[in-house]
Amino acid sequence: MNRQTSVSKQSASPTAVPQSALVPRVEVFEAADGITLRADLPGVNKDGLKVQIEQDTLTIEGDAKFTLPENLQPLHAEVRSQRFQRSFTLSKELDAHQITASLQHGVLELHIPKRAEVRPRRIEVKAD
Amino acid sequence: MFSLFGNQTERSLFDEFERLQSDMDRMFGGWPATSIRSGRAGAWPAINIGATPDDVHVFVYAPGLSAAAIDLSLQQNVLTISGARKLPEQKEGNWYLRERFDGEFRRAVTLPEDVDPERIEAKYRDGVLHVCIARRATVSPRRITIN
Repeated sequence: MNRQTSVSKQSASPTAVPQSALVPRVEVFEAADGITLRADLPGVNKDGLKVQIEQDTLTIEGDAKFTLPENLQPLHAEVRSQRFQRSFTLSKELDAHQITASLQHGVLELHIPKRAEVRPRRIEVKAD
Repeated sequence: MFSLFGNQTERSLFDEFERLQSDMDRMFGGWPATSIRSGRAGAWPAINIGATPDDVHVFVYAPGLSAAAIDLSLQQNVLTISGARKLPEQKEGNWYLRERFDGEFRRAVTLPEDVDPERIEAKYRDGVLHVCIARRATVSPRRITIN
């Protein structure tokens, strides 16, 4: 529903005519304290990355940046856009204000902690 | 329990469309899809190739590696990229999505025949390997005067 269909600047794309945004491949892992999400965003650096939360929707957007010779002619293109976008719906037990993010070698890692009050607690069962 | 993944089905569907589209492009349109070394469709990492009159540029979309973990070789005009990407192990928890490539990879692409293996430069930045190979000086068309 949130798919990005607008065409962005062509000049920045290596050997490809940008079309719709690519859906980055991700991994999502849940532990007791929260959720870790990693996304492949090759070519995206800090300046080209946008992570935002609106209501309960987490959106990741990335613009890959390349310095290219002007007269580059494409010969073969498997990646046809330099834009990435993907959205996720967060649930209430996740604390959107405490998200931490890091970006290294084109991989975004987000950690979304659970609210302290909903973290699972181990309940001691005492025998008589 | 968590609706973080609520729109997963829709996403996956579009994702598949996107991959299918690029696979079709590769099979029917793209160069050098007919190369004997092309490998399976949708192989990781994805590669774009472009050329100027002076150089051939290869872009390898391989995020999450270090420069030292990438093996690059050029024999004649066949460029081979290999290495491994091991994803971090996680214990005591649950996986919901695992779409990212994990393991060893190897891809070979055939470049234009006039590339010069002696003049090659490679840089790894923001998860993209950019390989620039100079082409041998092309003989520019010579105008022949007719007497």
